[in-house]
Amino acid sequence: MSIDMSQFHQVFFEECFEGLEAMESGLLSLDIGDIDPEAINTIFRAAHSIKGGSGTFGFTVVAEYTHIMETLLDEMRDGRRQVTKQAVDVLLGSVDCLREMLTSIQNEEEVNAQSVAQHQAALETELNGSSSTPSAPAVSAAPPVAASVEEEEEEPEIEEEQGWKISFCPYLNLLRTGNDPVRLFRELSALGQLTANVNIQDIPNFNELDPEECNISWELVLVGDIAESAVREIFSWVEEDCELELSPLAKPKKKKKPKAAAPALIASPVVAETKDVASAAVVAPPPTTVVKKVPTEAEAAKNAPKASSSIRVDTDKIDTLINMVGEVVITQSMLGLIGENFTMDKVGQLKRGLAQLERHTRDLQQSVMNIRMLPISFVFSRFPRLVHDISTKLNKKITLKLVGENTEVDKAVVELINDPLVHLIRNSLDHGIEMPAERIAAGKPETGTIELKAYHRGGHIVIEIIDDGRGMDKSKLLAKAIEKGLVEESAIMTDKQILELIFMPGFSTAEQLSDISGRGVGMDVVRRNIQSLGGNIDIISELGKGSTIAIHLPLTLAILDGQSVAVGDETYIVPLVSIIESINITEKMLNKVAGKGETFKLRNEYLPIIRMREIFNVKSGAATKPNEGVIVVVEGQGALCGFLVDELLGQQQVVIKSLEANYRRVEGVSGATILGDGSVALILDVPGLVRLSVC
Amino acid sequence: MKVDAVNSKQVEQFLTFELASEVYGVEILKVQEIRGWEPVRVIPNTPSFIKGVLNLRGSVIPIVDLRERFSLEHTEYTPKTVVIVLCIKHRRNESFVMGIVADAVSDVLDIKIDEIKRAPNFGTQLDTRYMRGMHVYKQNMIMLLDVDKLLNPDEVDDIEAISDIGSFE
Repeated sequence: MSIDMSQFHQVFFEECFEGLEAMESGLLSLDIGDIDPEAINTIFRAAHSIKGGSGTFGFTVVAEYTHIMETLLDEMRDGRRQVTKQAVDVLLGSVDCLREMLTSIQNEEEVNAQSVAQHQAALETELNGSSSTPSAPAVSAAPPVAASVEEEEEEPEIEEEQGWKISFCPYLNLLRTGNDPVRLFRELSALGQLTANVNIQDIPNFNELDPEECNISWELVLVGDIAESAVREIFSWVEEDCELELSPLAKPKKKKKPKAAAPALIASPVVAETKDVASAAVVAPPPTTVVKKVPTEAEAAKNAPKASSSIRVDTDKIDTLINMVGEVVITQSMLGLIGENFTMDKVGQLKRGLAQLERHTRDLQQSVMNIRMLPISFVFSRFPRLVHDISTKLNKKITLKLVGENTEVDKAVVELINDPLVHLIRNSLDHGIEMPAERIAAGKPETGTIELKAYHRGGHIVIEIIDDGRGMDKSKLLAKAIEKGLVEESAIMTDKQILELIFMPGFSTAEQLSDISGRGVGMDVVRRNIQSLGGNIDIISELGKGSTIAIHLPLTLAILDGQSVAVGDETYIVPLVSIIESINITEKMLNKVAGKGETFKLRNEYLPIIRMREIFNVKSGAATKPNEGVIVVVEGQGALCGFLVDELLGQQQVVIKSLEANYRRVEGVSGATILGDGSVALILDVPGLVRLSVC
Repeated sequence: MKVDAVNSKQVEQFLTFELASEVYGVEILKVQEIRGWEPVRVIPNTPSFIKGVLNLRGSVIPIVDLRERFSLEHTEYTPKTVVIVLCIKHRRNESFVMGIVADAVSDVLDIKIDEIKRAPNFGTQLDTRYMRGMHVYKQNMIMLLDVDKLLNPDEVDDIEAISDIGSFE
C-alpha cells in the first residue's frame, strides 16, 4: 500500500509555481481601496493549495510560512482588514520568498532561513499591526499563529527526552475519505523513530467485516526532537476523521501540556463483539514491517534525480492528434486492401490513397508540432510584476499593455526568449519612458505606456516592444559611437545603421548607470541570443515619440527551411535564413590575396570564398573552379562570405536531428537531417564555418 | 580486468564477429541490432575510422569501421558486410547508439566470467585499455571488447592523439 511520494514532487512543484504565478498576477491586479472579493479568493485559494500540498509532502517550512500568508489573506477576504498597498507589497515579497524556498527544496538545497525569517517577520508585523479593525476577531486569529511558531522554537530546549505519544483512533470512514494510515506513519517515521502498536480488538468477526471500514486504532510512540505542530501537520488531513491525542513522552516535569484540539478519547467508539484475530489479518496492514521500510525510502527520495521537464498540453490538442492517427490508420488499411490483389486498373485508386496519406501525414506532423506550442503568455505573464516593481522604484508612472498573449510559439523558444525580453523591457522602463514631469512638459500624458505585442507573420512569430517614451537620439548615438571608436568619424550611415549601433558590444548611451540597465553589456548579448534562436531584431525609433523593437523568431526550432547544395557526392543543407543570395561568378570577379585567399567582388564589396570541398575534405567528384560552381553568399557572425558549392539542389523544410545525441559536436555542422530518400544530410553551421575559415 | 570472486560463477553472453580472420566478442546486452552495410553520409574532418552517419529509423548514428580503428588492412564492403548497432554507456549515465562494421557475425557464446583471461600487456605496441579480456573457445582465441571504452565519443580524440604520436616517432 505504500506509495512513493517522491514521484509526485515534480507535479507538486509545478503546481506550486503555477499557484505562485496566479497569486502574483492576482495581487498585481488588486485595485487598492476597491477590492474584488473574487480576486482575493483566487489568491487565497492558490495560497491554500500550496499550504495543503506542502503539508502533505512534509515541507513544513513552506506550509507554516504559507499559513501566515493565508491568515492575512483570510482577513482581507472577510473584509476585516483593509487592502493597503503596503500589505500587497508585503504579500508580493512573500510570494518571492516562497518561490525561493520552493526552488531550494526542489534543488535539494538548504532553505535560506535568514531571508525566510525576514519575510516572515514582515508578514507578522503586517498581521499584528495597524490596519485591522479593532472590533473584528482578526486580533484573535493572529496570536495563535505566532504562538505556534514560538512554541516550535522553544520546545527543543525544554524537553530532555523528546518525543510524542500519539493515540490515533480513526473513525470507521477514514479509509473511504481516501486517507491511508500507512502513509501517515511513513511521514511520521521521517520525523523520528516510530514504534507503532496496533489495537485490533474492535475488529468485528469476519462475516460482519466491511473491508472499507477502518476498525483498528493505533498507539504510536515517536522519539525525536519534533515540534508538536510538525506532528499535527501530518494528521491535519485526517483531523476530522479520527480521534487524536498527542502527549509528550514521559518525564512528568514537562510543563507544557499540549493543547490537543480533539477531545482525548482512547477507547474506540465501536464496540467489538468478537476478537477474531485471524480475520484481523485481512484488514490490518502489518504495521511493523511498514514502519521499518520507511527510512530507506525516505532516503531514496532524497537522492532521487530531478525529474525531467514536462509540458502541459491542452486536451483538445491531444484529441486532434488521436483523430489524425485514426485517419492515418484508416488510410493505411485502405492502401493495404488495394495492395492485396493489385491490378493495373486500381492505379487511380492507389494514387488517391497515397495523396490522402500524404495529407494526413502532413496534418499529423502539424498537430504533433502543435503540442510543443505554448501561448506566449507564459513569458508575458511575468512582466506586469517587473513593470510594477521597477516603475515604483524609478517613480515613473507606467502601464503595460499586453497584446496577443495567446500567440503560440515553440516551448524551446518560450524558454529562451525570456531573458532577452526582460532586458529589453527594463531598457524601455529605464531609458525609454521619461519621468512624469518631463512627460507633461513634452505634452504627453503623465502615464507612459509600454506595449508588448506578439503575432504571427509568415512562419515567424513577431514580438514587439513599443514604448511612447523619449526615443533614441541618432546624433547622440553616432557621437557616442565615434567617441568610443566604434565607427569612423567620416562614416556615412543610414538611420537604421545608426540605431543598430546599440547592439555593438560595449555601447551604452545612458548618462548614468543604474542597477536596472545601462552597463552596456546588454544589447549585444540580446542580439546574440536572438540570433542563436535563428531570429533577428529590428529597431524603429523616433526622437520624442518612442521606440519600437521588433523581434522576429522562427515558430519552431525543430524544423528549418533549408537550401540543399551538392558538393561532390555529398549533400549539405544551408539554413535559408543565413543565405543572402546565390550567384554564378565570372573569372573577372575573382581575386587572389597573396596568391592564396580567394575573394570575389560583389557590388563593391570583396567577399572571401570558402571552398566547401576543401574545408570538408570531400574527395568524390572533380574539383570545381569558382566560375563553374555556384557561390552561395551567406551571412554569419555579421560578416558576409561566399560558399563555393557544385550545385544547388532545392529548397525544403528539414527536421533537425541532433548529431550530439549519438556522437558529438562536429565543427562546422549544426545538426543532421534525413532526406526524402532516407539518407542523412548534414546541416551547416554557417556562423561556425565562417569563423572556422575566415578568422 | 579484475575478476570478482562473487561473480565467478556467472555466465555472460557474447556476440562474436569476424574481422580480418580474427574473432572478437562484444557483450550481447550491448547489441541493439545487426543490419547489412549501406552507404553512409561522411562527416567532414573526423578520424578516418568514423565512416559517417546513418539514418536508423529517425535517429542519426555514427558508424565506426573497426578494421580502420585497429589499423587493419581495409577491404571493400560487400553485401556480406554487417553493421552491429551497439548501445554504449557513457559516464554520465547517458547512452549512445553507434554502429560498428564487421566482416561477418559468427555466433553467440555463453562465457563464464572466470574463464575470461586478462589481456596481456603489450606495452606501447598495443593499447589494451579497451579490451575486456580474452577467451579461448575451441582452440580459437576470442578478443572480448569493452565497447564502452572503445567507442566512447570523448576518447576518440585521445586515441587519435596517441596513434599520432606513435606514427610520429
